[in-house]
Amino acid sequence: MDLLNALVALANYVIIPGLAYGSQLALGALGITLIYGVLRFSNFAHGDTMAFGATLSILGTWWLQSMGISFGVLPTALLALPFSILGCIALILITDRAVYRFYRVQKAKPVIFLIVSMGVMFIMNGVVRFIIGPDDRTFSDGQRFIMSAREFKAMTGLKEGLAIKTTQGLTVIAAVIVVAVLFWFLERTRTGKSMRAYADNEDLALLSGINPERVVMVTWMIVAALATIAGTLYGLDKVFKPFTYLLLLLPIFSSAIVGGLGNPVGAIAGGFVIAFSEVTITYAWKKVVTYLVPSEWAPSSLVQLLSTDYKFAVSFSILIIVLLFRPTGLFKGKAY
Amino acid sequence: MAQYRNIFLFAAMALLILLTGFLQSWNSALLILNMGLISAIMSLGVNLQWGFAGLFNVGVMGFVALGGLATVLISMPPVTEAWSAGGLRTLLGLVIGVASLWLTSLAIARLPSGKAKILGIIAGLIVGFFAFRFVFDGGVSAIEAVNPASTGYLGGLGLPILLAWPAGGLLAAGVAWIIGKTALGLRSDYLAIATLGIAEIILAIMKNEDWLARGVKNVIGLPRPVPFEVDLQNNPDFVATASDLGMNAVTASSIYVKLCYAGLFTVVLLLLLWMAQNALRSPWGRMMRAIRDNETSAEAMGKDVTKRHLQIFVLGSAICGIAGAMMTTLDGQLTPAGYQPLRYTFLIWVMVIVGGSGNNFGAVLGGFVIWFFWVQVEPIGGFLMQAITSGMEDGSPLKQHLISSVAHMRLFTMGLILLLVLRFSPKGLIPEK
Repeated sequence: MDLLNALVALANYVIIPGLAYGSQLALGALGITLIYGVLRFSNFAHGDTMAFGATLSILGTWWLQSMGISFGVLPTALLALPFSILGCIALILITDRAVYRFYRVQKAKPVIFLIVSMGVMFIMNGVVRFIIGPDDRTFSDGQRFIMSAREFKAMTGLKEGLAIKTTQGLTVIAAVIVVAVLFWFLERTRTGKSMRAYADNEDLALLSGINPERVVMVTWMIVAALATIAGTLYGLDKVFKPFTYLLLLLPIFSSAIVGGLGNPVGAIAGGFVIAFSEVTITYAWKKVVTYLVPSEWAPSSLVQLLSTDYKFAVSFSILIIVLLFRPTGLFKGKAY
Repeated sequence: MAQYRNIFLFAAMALLILLTGFLQSWNSALLILNMGLISAIMSLGVNLQWGFAGLFNVGVMGFVALGGLATVLISMPPVTEAWSAGGLRTLLGLVIGVASLWLTSLAIARLPSGKAKILGIIAGLIVGFFAFRFVFDGGVSAIEAVNPASTGYLGGLGLPILLAWPAGGLLAAGVAWIIGKTALGLRSDYLAIATLGIAEIILAIMKNEDWLARGVKNVIGLPRPVPFEVDLQNNPDFVATASDLGMNAVTASSIYVKLCYAGLFTVVLLLLLWMAQNALRSPWGRMMRAIRDNETSAEAMGKDVTKRHLQIFVLGSAICGIAGAMMTTLDGQLTPAGYQPLRYTFLIWVMVIVGGSGNNFGAVLGGFVIWFFWVQVEPIGGFLMQAITSGMEDGSPLKQHLISSVAHMRLFTMGLILLLVLRFSPKGLIPEK
């Protein structure tokens, strides 16, 4: 029975990775949910928008590194982030002008928008591969750990180590800041209020003189910024691979739907629900259990409920359960 | 007039394939033809769901992969050693798993709500899960220990591989029924996400459950419904006929085999097309389109919308399963890692939209056209890039990058084709009548 070591192991393998992954999912799901709320369709191109933003950050990092500029202990990608956000916003606004606006004027059905976003997904995926190729890219530099397992052991004298990667800490902090700014914007500013009004009731918003094109433009800009930040943080924390972002669509959509599509608070909650269920169900609990039970009961197997290859099955099952029992999501979302 | 237009479009497609034969090689022309036939069948299946009923299925890849799984389960010889080592135990484990899920769902449906219900559900899930894992894991490790380098799985039934085609359809239909039962009552976007998820899960199972079909170790050397090239080359009659035609025996044998496949595939395509056409014209097809165009009024007329949706979802998925089984037969091997959503789900969607959703002939044409471009974009793009970069000096990094990135032109081109068709000709090449 060694409660302290068990807690540390739990924090090291479940809580910290879950927090970081949850923040990444929450940022992605916020983008999905905003588009759904304001533009009223499920954007399949969102994963590849994240990939595009991350690509720009990588290019920026390389350029800064070649100039000899670095960001001290933090990854250089953070310095490149503002520029990649601007680049991503430019691409998204061009896409909206060239592609989506036509269907908005026509008042096309949401499912047509969905198919159109499939086309945009293909193009963006092609562009990303065209720019940076299909290989893995690691672009995280600066100090690797905020606290390494060895330092923690030396500090506390415990047997179990606790490591916090810089990218994990950064992800959580960035997510908190971004979410705070976003909610301030939505709740306090005039533009944010008009966005919410437009999402709630389009006709009423139009009657009160809100310019719909402006609302749509601002929404796309926010979504592009969120996607770039989420994509860059995910790439920093894991590894950048153009293909993984397409696969991220499933957990991100699950987060947004579980929280309630169109509801920003729900998207954040959904992100953490999905992340923690994936991590806890696919984590091998052997170590934690071994600390908690008397030594003769120590398990010989991994005590893993599902192999990590089935993490999609976890987000999917939660999605189905929520949809069956609470179709509008945990927080009330829209159901058009 | 429209009749002539369609004939012209199909003739143009045939001409493109013939041109490939004359300009590149007959082998690549026949490869495009064979995969075009399979793509046309997949596209028919998706068109049934989307064009007839407006169901948004983005899990095509999963059903195609299930068809591939069926070829292994039907045609490979059974591994008797593995069956005696752990076959029954594994099956028993699966039975326990399904039974505990069934009991839990009974508890959800029957027990009066309250603490007893919640406890019953939790206990059912936990006890069921551990019993399942205990029985199942033992069986699986016994099976996978049997000669892992070449088998390590249960094998199949050892039946002729042509039987795998309808079996693939049945397998896909069964899974589609389960998904449809849960997800079809929901909104269309939710169905999209649900099918996207189920396709990933099917793939995850096929990659990880080695006892089933060797996972990522792949099953190679599937039996074939047509003769092997080597046998033909050793057959003096065949060699004599080939030299009479002025061909060398190696080329002739490979073309002969591909023609055999093309014949088989054409028969299946025509059969399915005939069935789909009859379905479209029948009262059932009219009802489907009525439901698609206005669910509320169809429901008011007494049509059971959810049930009809389930029916057509299962049928369309079954067709994708058949096509998947045919594709794996053509490849001669099952490689689960090769299934990518962009290629096996979204590309099929491009085929349906470009061909003309709601029109079976459109879907078939779309299958051929898009597959042709999917294959030929690379040589065309390579040619273009050579032309663009010809002014640059050799060995410059930009030139190298541009030439090497030709491989990624396909996705871009497909997206562009989809967007252009949606914008300027949203009804596709052959519009619905």
